[in-house]
Amino acid sequence: MFDFSIVSKWFHDLLTDFIPEWLVIGIECVIVLLFIIVLYAILAIALIYLERKICAFFQCRIGPNRVGKWGLLQVFADVFKMLSKEIIKMRQSDRMLHDMAPFFILTASFLTFSCIPWNKGLEILDFNVGIFFFIAVSGIGVIGILLAGWASHSKYPMIGAMRSGAQLISYELSIGMTMLTMLLLCGTMQLSEIVQQQADYGWNIVRGHVPAVLAFIIYLIAGNAECNRGPFDLPEAESELTAGYHTEYSGMGFGFFYLAEYLNLFICAAMAATIFLGGWAPLYFPGLDGFNTIMSYIPGFVWFFGKAFFVVFLLMWIRWTYPRLRIDQLLSLEWKYLMPISMFNIILMAIVVCFGLTL
Amino acid sequence: MNNNTYFGGILDAVKSLTIGLKTSIKVFFEHHETEQYPENRATLTFTDRNRFCLEMPHNENNEHKCIACGLCQMACPNDSITVTSEMVTTEDGKKKKQLVKYEYNIGQCMFCNLCVTACPQGAIQFNQEFEQAVFDKSKLIKVLNHPGSKCQERPKPVIASKPTATPQGQPAGTQTTGEPKTETGETPQQEKVAATEPIETKKED
Repeated sequence: MFDFSIVSKWFHDLLTDFIPEWLVIGIECVIVLLFIIVLYAILAIALIYLERKICAFFQCRIGPNRVGKWGLLQVFADVFKMLSKEIIKMRQSDRMLHDMAPFFILTASFLTFSCIPWNKGLEILDFNVGIFFFIAVSGIGVIGILLAGWASHSKYPMIGAMRSGAQLISYELSIGMTMLTMLLLCGTMQLSEIVQQQADYGWNIVRGHVPAVLAFIIYLIAGNAECNRGPFDLPEAESELTAGYHTEYSGMGFGFFYLAEYLNLFICAAMAATIFLGGWAPLYFPGLDGFNTIMSYIPGFVWFFGKAFFVVFLLMWIRWTYPRLRIDQLLSLEWKYLMPISMFNIILMAIVVCFGLTL
Repeated sequence: MNNNTYFGGILDAVKSLTIGLKTSIKVFFEHHETEQYPENRATLTFTDRNRFCLEMPHNENNEHKCIACGLCQMACPNDSITVTSEMVTTEDGKKKKQLVKYEYNIGQCMFCNLCVTACPQGAIQFNQEFEQAVFDKSKLIKVLNHPGSKCQERPKPVIASKPTATPQGQPAGTQTTGEPKTETGETPQQEKVAATEPIETKKED
């Protein structure tokens, strides 16, 4: 497997020959920032296109196919439309908080985005409490949603934000529990280390068999809820609250919410791919040496994106299959079913790890 | 599927949710129902019940069946039909109304079909031409009778005692209305029809 840290180390050494180290680190930070922003934009475009196409296919439609070949330029057209729109200033809304809210959501989204290990040696934020950091910064998004609802001074956003707060706080528990379950298996919180283990010993979902599969299913359900999507889109609930917490936003303010929503979907899928499906680790079958060598020629980031988009498809499949839940159903699903099951799952995983029953 | 126990409920939920996922993934790979309009122009079909634009069918001799009676104009609730007629004297000295111009304003039409039902001759009908968008309002007023057309000769009144073998007054092109007609045939009621007006009567819907 190609180790990307060779490239970054070579680049670092090359620059330190000419300029002082603090400047080199500054330059590298700017490059990394540009990399994140560009990747963020590209992924958002890809995801919005995918969502529209997959949604259409699930509903016996064709989806966008008029702008560009197969409608590929549709998202660009949408973005330019959104950029050209006026940003409306509402009377009686709290202007500062109102304008700040999208940036909270974007910040949370960017921070979690930079935790993702793209390839071997290609991680932006990689330290020994990686998963803990991931869970912590994903919580910032709730502030943005609550602020958006509060500062809009309108009923729909307020109701949407309140629902969203209740929902995100509840489902974060399940996400934390499932991650804890997998941490029991890995014994480390460092994301690069987790993936490296899976490359060496097999994917976690295979290694942890029953509890890992259970955790994966719970993660998919809770992840859909965390992204405010699918059967859990109460905070937005088009038919009830027009657009939920971002009803009063126009132009790029709305665009940021929209962007963050799709990127959160990707981050959720990428985390599932990293923790359960082995991140950039290729598919190995013990014994089939010829097959394994061919697989290891496929670069790691291709594996990573393949797995992440597979999980994205799963999440979209869930979203476009089920009808929206009521708020009491939503909360009883979390507190009466997912929580106890994931607690039980932790114990199961502990037993499995303790007695060496992992594959 | 009404299991009220905790674990039974979970099992039921898993079962029914799996059915849902199975159904939606089946649809995912199925044929798409969307009709892509400008591309499918050649194959696009509508049911016969669609009413898009009024037309007056002409046969190959440029003859229509309108006798300029003006019933359609009177039946029209929206004033979208204007029939202009003139009086002419035929060679056997009879005075006869003749159609000059049949104007139809599709912009005012509400496609109620009352004119078609009112027409005693079956001279007008609604067709399937739906691409009626124009840039100029004046283009919405259509003249339905073709230039130089005339009313087609109706069959001479037949004597009741010897019914005609074939209805001669049915040249090609008159069957296009698709309306049910009573042919001048062997029916006993035919005497009365032939005595008054030698045309086909229309059945009430």
